[in-house]
Amino acid sequence: MKCTYECGSAEHTVARRQFLGGLAAGAGMFIGGLDTFATPAAVAQMTRDQKRLIIVRMHGGLSQLESWDPKPNTDTGGPFRAIPTSVPGIHISELLPYTAKQMHHLALVRGINTKNDDHGKGTYMMLTGRHPTPGQTFPELGAVVARAMDNSALTLPGHINIANGGSGGRNNDAAYLGPKYASISLGGAQPPAYTTRPANLTEQTVQQQDEFRRKANDRFAGRRRTAETDAYVQSFEQAQELVRQRDVFDLSKEPQKDHERYGTHEFGKHCLLARRLVEKGVTCVQVSHSNYDTHNENFEFHFEQLGEFDRPFATLVGDLAERGLLQHTMIVVLSEFGRTPRINQYYGRDHWGHAFSVCMGGAGLQRGAVVGKTNANGTAVTERQVDAGHLFHTYLRALGLNSRHHFNIGGQKQPMADPAFAAIDELIA
Amino acid sequence: MPADPKQAHVAREFVHGAPLITCRFDPKSRYVFATGEDRAIIRWDLASGAKTEFKAHDSWVRAMVFSTDGQFLVTAGCDDMLMWWPVAAEKPEPVRKVKAHNGWIRAVAVSTDGQFLASAGNDRIVKLWKMADGAPVREMPGHEKDIYSLQFHPSGLHLLSADLKGTVHQWEVATGKLVRTFDAKDLYSYNGGQGVDFGGVRSLALGPGNKHLACGGLYQASNPLGAVHEPIVLRFDWESQKVLKKHVSTDIKNGVIWRTLFLPDGMLVGCSGGGAGGILLFWGENDEKPMHQFKLPDTAREMDLHPDGLQLATVHYGKKLIITKLAPKEAPKEVKK
Repeated sequence: MKCTYECGSAEHTVARRQFLGGLAAGAGMFIGGLDTFATPAAVAQMTRDQKRLIIVRMHGGLSQLESWDPKPNTDTGGPFRAIPTSVPGIHISELLPYTAKQMHHLALVRGINTKNDDHGKGTYMMLTGRHPTPGQTFPELGAVVARAMDNSALTLPGHINIANGGSGGRNNDAAYLGPKYASISLGGAQPPAYTTRPANLTEQTVQQQDEFRRKANDRFAGRRRTAETDAYVQSFEQAQELVRQRDVFDLSKEPQKDHERYGTHEFGKHCLLARRLVEKGVTCVQVSHSNYDTHNENFEFHFEQLGEFDRPFATLVGDLAERGLLQHTMIVVLSEFGRTPRINQYYGRDHWGHAFSVCMGGAGLQRGAVVGKTNANGTAVTERQVDAGHLFHTYLRALGLNSRHHFNIGGQKQPMADPAFAAIDELIA
Repeated sequence: MPADPKQAHVAREFVHGAPLITCRFDPKSRYVFATGEDRAIIRWDLASGAKTEFKAHDSWVRAMVFSTDGQFLVTAGCDDMLMWWPVAAEKPEPVRKVKAHNGWIRAVAVSTDGQFLASAGNDRIVKLWKMADGAPVREMPGHEKDIYSLQFHPSGLHLLSADLKGTVHQWEVATGKLVRTFDAKDLYSYNGGQGVDFGGVRSLALGPGNKHLACGGLYQASNPLGAVHEPIVLRFDWESQKVLKKHVSTDIKNGVIWRTLFLPDGMLVGCSGGGAGGILLFWGENDEKPMHQFKLPDTAREMDLHPDGLQLATVHYGKKLIITKLAPKEAPKEVKK
């Protein structure tokens, strides 16, 4: 397939390759992100303007009643109490005492109804803002944002998924946007695998190999350039950047006191790495926390899981705010659905997409806001009901994007967000 | 008359407006108490069936215990509070409230001489209190996971505490010193796929002649978040600490022993809840599989034994307290016309 670029030319990629090539020739091994590659003034401008996104996925379906929309002392409320937050009038579950102190940086949407109780569909809806349609796959939020905010100065991958497993592979979450915007898995808070230069290769040898590869590529591209060959070239260059900027992913570079503040468990490390990555200029970082699919003993498991989640998440929010990054960084805590208000025979809660909540904050969002309301025992949305599609538009708007915009994919217009929905205007600052 | 599990039958039912959590008979056999998901403590008069609600906790009440003279009930809440109540009060109000823990209190126990109250829960600290006035006596830290169960040794010298990981500590009451530890790790598992700790010693019991320690809970937890696990009771030899027997079920694939206790004749009984419903399991000392199982009408969540040794109270998700009698059904009384 012959490639077609959004602006109608091949200039972007050529400029990007020249830029990277020049850097490769001149800079040798790089440490750091944007600050390594541009003038201080340009870095300052870029750092100031670049929007970033952190998605925290609560796998399995976080209970809204044990988190953002507690209903204490009702037939569905369970054993936990609600506590006041730093925003007068907003109460959240007592399982989130640290997060409660950061509520003035955050906002809650309490009236989500996706009418879906299925894990796969719910994940798809919450991450793409679309309802599943046979034969069609849409890109996830991270890929959309990485694509929409792509620019030639960004040398790091735009979309990183910090996971518990192995690292290095591309995930299948970019759909028609292509593999360039698919998330790269970073497992175990470790730098990507195979990013150290083999000991038997000298730096000079690597450079010679690279020069040869470039010449061969340019010659081939002069006659048979396609979108696929561009993707290969881009992937190779990005891999080179990962090798050169390996330290960006090295959590040991963070101060010991920060490791202690975030906690030594996996989720704590992942939150600290998320902070490091957005500071270094990565556009979208996904972090996950498991597992909230608590059909059995919901309260014990939420006690345990949210006890682990609360402090590092709150520390991350506080740090982003303190470092001036929160005004450019949106953070979203989402789940494929919530959990049933009804408590089952095993003290569990089941799947429930009919009245649940999302927490978000930063970038262009109102701080300390609550939109939407559920009834007294949380069984139905009573005010400002929204769908995953509304949320998707809201995320994009808060990041300064026009969610009505289209991508130009092979000459075809693809809406960034489902045109059937709109942003939650009252959440946009 | 000794209990006869094979004659088990539902003798009475008491109904509440919310699913129930735990239950206890009072030592004087006047009442049976339960707690509910509506945060209430419910007292039923066994003679008249009259129902009275005690309300003061700001959360669920997961454990209850009586003073040895039967005058006071101490309730332990997920609101971190211990509350003392006059058992027989017409309009019950707590006479004492103590903010006892940081996190749920899951278990309470009273020493045989009635002097001490022990409490423990999610803050992983065993605490000892004076029963008479609620004054703190000492704290015994040392558990690495949430504490689920407590049991005083009838000698009054020792206290047992058991946790999520299957660690059972034996403490010296007089000093708070850790004497030794029983290993009931068979009742615990970590599920890497789901990323959860699961299981724990849900119940402790001593008998017969205090020569055996029973630890109830679950095993074969292939899906903790989905409630796929089987009930089990480990029987330890008190002296050697060896596991003498693993008492399991015949066919329960979705169950957990919420409580285990010994009948006066030494028979071990376990109350299983979970997907398989409510089931009472009875084991002799050498039985791996129960000599008898009695199916209850609904999922059970806790159990207690009447002082007569013949009646078992169980509380249920279906908002009922059921009394099962371990004796032949009484013949219907003839009604004079």
